[in-house]
Amino acid sequence: MKDVMQHRNLNLLWLQSGGCGGCTLSLLNADCRNLVDTLKSFGINLLWHPSLSEQSADEVNRIFDACASGETRLDILCLEGSVLRGPFGSGGFHRRTGGISMMSMIERLAKVAHHTVAVGSCAAYGGVTSAGINPADACGMQYDGDAQGGLLGEEYRAAGGLPVINIAGCPTHPNWVMETLVALAAGEMYEENLDVYRRPRLFADHLVHHGCKRNEFYEFKASAHKPSDLGCLMEHMGCKGTQVHADCNIRLWNGEGSCTRGGYACIACTEPGFEEPGHAFGITPKVAGIPIGLPTDMPKAWFVALAALSKSATPKRVKENAVADHQVVTPANKRTRLK
Amino acid sequence: MSRRIVGPFNRVEGDLEVTLDIESGRVRAAYVNSPMYRGFEQILAGKHPLDAMVFVPRICGICSVAQSAAAALALAQGMGIRPPPNGRLAANLTLAAENLADHLSHFYLFFMPDFARDGYGDRAWFADAQARFKALTGSAAAEVLPVRAKFMNVMGYLAGRWPHTLSLQPGGSSRALEEAEKLRLKILLAEFRGFLESTLFGDSLEAVAALDSEAALYAWMEPRARNADFPRFLHIARDLGLQNMGRATDRFISYGAYSDGTSPLFPAGLWADEKLQPLDIGAIREDVTSSWMAGDVALAPEVGRTLPQPDKENAYSWCKAPRLSGRVVETGALARQMVAGHPLVRDMVDRHGASVTARIVGRMLEFALVLPVMETWLRQILPGDAYCYPPLELQDARGVGLIEAARGSLGHWMDVRNGKINNYQIIAPTTWNFSPRDASGEPGALEQALVGLEAEEGGNAAPLAVQHVVRSFDPCMVCTVH
Repeated sequence: MKDVMQHRNLNLLWLQSGGCGGCTLSLLNADCRNLVDTLKSFGINLLWHPSLSEQSADEVNRIFDACASGETRLDILCLEGSVLRGPFGSGGFHRRTGGISMMSMIERLAKVAHHTVAVGSCAAYGGVTSAGINPADACGMQYDGDAQGGLLGEEYRAAGGLPVINIAGCPTHPNWVMETLVALAAGEMYEENLDVYRRPRLFADHLVHHGCKRNEFYEFKASAHKPSDLGCLMEHMGCKGTQVHADCNIRLWNGEGSCTRGGYACIACTEPGFEEPGHAFGITPKVAGIPIGLPTDMPKAWFVALAALSKSATPKRVKENAVADHQVVTPANKRTRLK
Repeated sequence: MSRRIVGPFNRVEGDLEVTLDIESGRVRAAYVNSPMYRGFEQILAGKHPLDAMVFVPRICGICSVAQSAAAALALAQGMGIRPPPNGRLAANLTLAAENLADHLSHFYLFFMPDFARDGYGDRAWFADAQARFKALTGSAAAEVLPVRAKFMNVMGYLAGRWPHTLSLQPGGSSRALEEAEKLRLKILLAEFRGFLESTLFGDSLEAVAALDSEAALYAWMEPRARNADFPRFLHIARDLGLQNMGRATDRFISYGAYSDGTSPLFPAGLWADEKLQPLDIGAIREDVTSSWMAGDVALAPEVGRTLPQPDKENAYSWCKAPRLSGRVVETGALARQMVAGHPLVRDMVDRHGASVTARIVGRMLEFALVLPVMETWLRQILPGDAYCYPPLELQDARGVGLIEAARGSLGHWMDVRNGKINNYQIIAPTTWNFSPRDASGEPGALEQALVGLEAEEGGNAAPLAVQHVVRSFDPCMVCTVH
């Protein structure tokens, strides 16, 4: 880590491959003075970014080649989008001008990068691009779904010593990306700061459930039945927020938003393999009326017992509001000087 | 004659490569290649119909809501349901917010930085353009990024987040706004209006919307050319003659945008042969002659197929070639406003045909035309009334969703059998604009628009004129092939 700190400027190269560009568009929503200057104030120099930089065509190819040959120091390599291995392992579903596949370009650059960062679930694990029949044979940089390997292999370590850092999410929250980059620039990102799927723990140590506005409905198992209902989305609407690692309801999105605040289920977009849950996304799979996916760390017997108890004790307000799109009963006013 | 392969183009949202045949200092022919294939239509096959709402926004990070809106419409048609007024208004607001944010990103981040390139060092306006628009260092980007991020807070209220929301549903919006949130949205729209009027236009939105001819536009521009950004562009564009650059077919389509339940704010139609005509959706075919796709005959999208054939001879793009009655058409903000009959763009196209300048003017007009309507829609939302009807189970059904994304006409054709998606075909705006040659050998819209541009022989750089024309379409390559 120390040798990076000696560089005043950290060169960041941002590549896009088998994805939608949504993590970049999300990054533009970052809560900061402005993206470029904020990165610059931490010594990060945007060597090239597909949406923000001037250089096009031959100028870009020269930057790529200079990084690959070592002529330009590559401190941070970010990939957005999955690696497209098809057809037949050729990488031909995404070619850079000049014929070389992006797959081999990514491989070459990852060899020289001091840090390698997967931005978004596609680059990390394959993501949505690898769903269904996986037509383009998409995978992540160091994972294929939840299995280690991917393009670079289990043993890969960037020159700085870390494996690929997986800023999962579909898309990523802009501040997850900013904070990870700032931590790297400050030399404050170590392997113990990553969780079991190599996600920065700065967002992955929380559950989406934490801070969810629907928590009172959850407590009483007062559930939504259709989109726009205010109730808890876990029982019927496919929500996995009690199991999914991310702080979406703590830091919020676009000001005051989140998926559950938007009225729809957490579909586990920060988890490897979320794109193929084995059921329709908006319908909770159940066995004997009990959701299969129980809250993380919660013993099943306790959950079933508590759910039955809390359902029987649901206040009228919570019960009625759960299936309405606005509060039909507002909280009662008690006397003043609440104890 | 020499051949030059130019790419990758950046600031185009995705990947693009253009092959230019150059002769006597001019482009003689152009071949547009979309070099990335992911296969969303293949991914969607066999899925639960409502799962389309999860997958289609992820086709594209910049037209994410547009993709959701098209899928929601197709599903609603299949289910035979229509959203309640609140749901329709919320969906319109969400789509309009995305479209305006995209226009803003396109102008400031993707398009204008090319005028700050060293190649224009000898122009009188260069120092000003460089200080304002230079990529990464210009004052405009530093100012616009936080303005855009703040404006996108409307998505926090309307859609939970952006991109990739699930709030747009076949039955309406899953996000029921409260009175207090309406007020916060009102404040956000007012702040955005303030930025547009002070920084982009130097005038009120209403004054901009009322500009009715090219002469009126340039007269309006003169006193503002150093004080506001759209006039700055017009000043540069006139100096460079961009009004005579980038003409394609002058045949424009729009699927119609922002329905009030009975009719759209901007109507559907075809502008061709200098007159407005009805748009016949049934006359759309996708040709794959030059695409790395299997198939011989051009198919209608409702029975379309997507089967990659990477070794296909004479093919040069993953993009299919959609045609309307066998003809090439252009889509986008200019097309939308041509069909809607805005006098300013009609006058500009009447004088010069479609051009780099006219395409930018079409986009800028939409800030002035759409934001005031967003203010009205917001007032019309009535908290307490329904926002969403429940979806219905689909067994066997077809549905078509036709909407206008920022960059033009987007269509989804869905076929459900036995409760699963049997076929899902998507024609995105840039599929129209950046399509390759068809069976008759006719080049796509961009391929035509590039012909005749100045380009020196030798080297492998992208000529500036080529970059302006490419970006004037506001291409979205990830949507193009999907």
